Amino acid sequence: MPVNVPTPPSPEAMEPLSIYQALSSRFKERILEISDKTIDPFAVIEPTALLDVCTFLRDDPELAMDCLSNQTGVDYKDRIEVVYHLFSYKHRHSCILKVKLPRDNPVVATVEGLWRSANWMEREIFDLLGVTFQGHSDLRRILMPEDWEGYPLRKDFVEPREYHGIATVRESPIVRLDQKKK
Amino acid sequence: MSAFHTEEMTLNMGPQHPSTHGVLRFVIKADGEVMREAIPDVGYLHRSIEKIAEKVGYHGFMPYTDRVDYVCAMFTNQGWAMACEKLAHIEVPRRGEYCRVIAAEFNRIASHLLTVGLMGMDIGAMTPFLHALREREMINDLIEELCGARLTFNYMRIGGVAWDLPPGWRDKALAYLDHLEPILDEFNALFSYNKICIQRLANVAVISADEAINYNLVGPNLRASGVNWDVRKDLPYSVYPEFDFEVPLGRGEWGTVGDAMDRYMMRIREMVQSARILRQALTQIPDGPVLGKVVRNFKPAANECQVRVESARGDQGWYVVSDGTGFPHRVHVRTGSFAAMGMIQKLSKGLMIADLVVLIASLDVIAPEIDR
Repeated sequence: MPVNVPTPPSPEAMEPLSIYQALSSRFKERILEISDKTIDPFAVIEPTALLDVCTFLRDDPELAMDCLSNQTGVDYKDRIEVVYHLFSYKHRHSCILKVKLPRDNPVVATVEGLWRSANWMEREIFDLLGVTFQGHSDLRRILMPEDWEGYPLRKDFVEPREYHGIATVRESPIVRLDQKKK
Repeated sequence: MSAFHTEEMTLNMGPQHPSTHGVLRFVIKADGEVMREAIPDVGYLHRSIEKIAEKVGYHGFMPYTDRVDYVCAMFTNQGWAMACEKLAHIEVPRRGEYCRVIAAEFNRIASHLLTVGLMGMDIGAMTPFLHALREREMINDLIEELCGARLTFNYMRIGGVAWDLPPGWRDKALAYLDHLEPILDEFNALFSYNKICIQRLANVAVISADEAINYNLVGPNLRASGVNWDVRKDLPYSVYPEFDFEVPLGRGEWGTVGDAMDRYMMRIREMVQSARILRQALTQIPDGPVLGKVVRNFKPAANECQVRVESARGDQGWYVVSDGTGFPHRVHVRTGSFAAMGMIQKLSKGLMIADLVVLIASLDVIAPEIDR
């Protein structure tokens, strides 16, 4: 069996902004926003266009995003964003996609079919932020207990006082003593 | 004689099992000794570290990052510090960067020693474990002298490191490297090139390069499958470009590229390279301050960034969103063990139950890093 030859850094590596330009010339108004104000520029895409854009990014030979290196969610007051960090081992370039979802019913298609690593990362986002990924093969809580209520990483999450009779908050005995003295 | 009655067996492994490297649980569906599937159940060590970050502020989060991966906490320290520095455009003094690299590479050796030792123990060899831990203890002593802690270091700060190298420490560190390099050869003679070890690990749980990329494997696990990717080389950070070192790749000398033996040998070879980096860093280290001036009331403007650090368990991504206040809006750590664990269900199909133990050990899965 031949030993894999290490791939040299590709001269075809593209800057994130030119990747976003390529996306917006192909997907037109379905790319909602390209931001270069942040340290790492990103593109916001329409949630319904997610699968088309991702498939294009993965299969286009010039882009060849073969790895979903990170997927996470962020809760803002008015919306929930799911962030996709894509990376190409072939060309050694990366890009960041975002979808903005309504806070009361965040639903977006799964990208598990494109990158298997999304399986667990989407379970984590579902578990901690309550985003539903349509078409996911195994959307269960992953880190929190199965019967946990609420989504801990949401900004308005209030920690319950107890879980199955186990207190989650305990006052410091020293503080209690101090209060007695007064 | 009537037909032999067989049925699928469901077994529970963990959460407290000596070879699960922390608190992990597997539900195993097995047909005799062969697994149909091993379904990982994680979350036993979830401490909501990402939520804590939103409550304690930028400086205050540093000790918590140790707990993300307490086997190689220098890298989590460094990842967090680098993310904050990128957000606020802070320069780290050169001596500070050197201190970081020295501490981190020592930590990488310590972590890999634990991994190769545990690998031996998991497949039934106690002696290599004791040998490896004996060497690791000495690194712990060195790091303790450096920062006062043996495991959860809290050594780095936003803008540099907390303490300079103590007087005489450099000579001790160099003496340790002189001692370590022959020990690694001895360890290879004792265990790595032992026929029993090779036959136990070769051709077990082979991961192809495409699969490894698709499942987002990182670090030594990815390189064992032949993908040449090391953040220190390919997205250079800190002062790594100033050092001459190689990135070992899986070669499949004893079986197939990407088998458990390759993953095991990656750790041995990386220790040699880390020692090489350390020698250069310890001799080239410049004079100067180790900590830049950073305001106590650290409030980076609203922005977001991701940094990637090559930890002992591979490419660790820190995604930080700031909102202009003294507390981060969101912190996310993408860790190597999380991705590796997500792959086990797929890899376990058709594997022997005893090989599951090898698989976990060879992927170097650390439970706190999965659950955070």
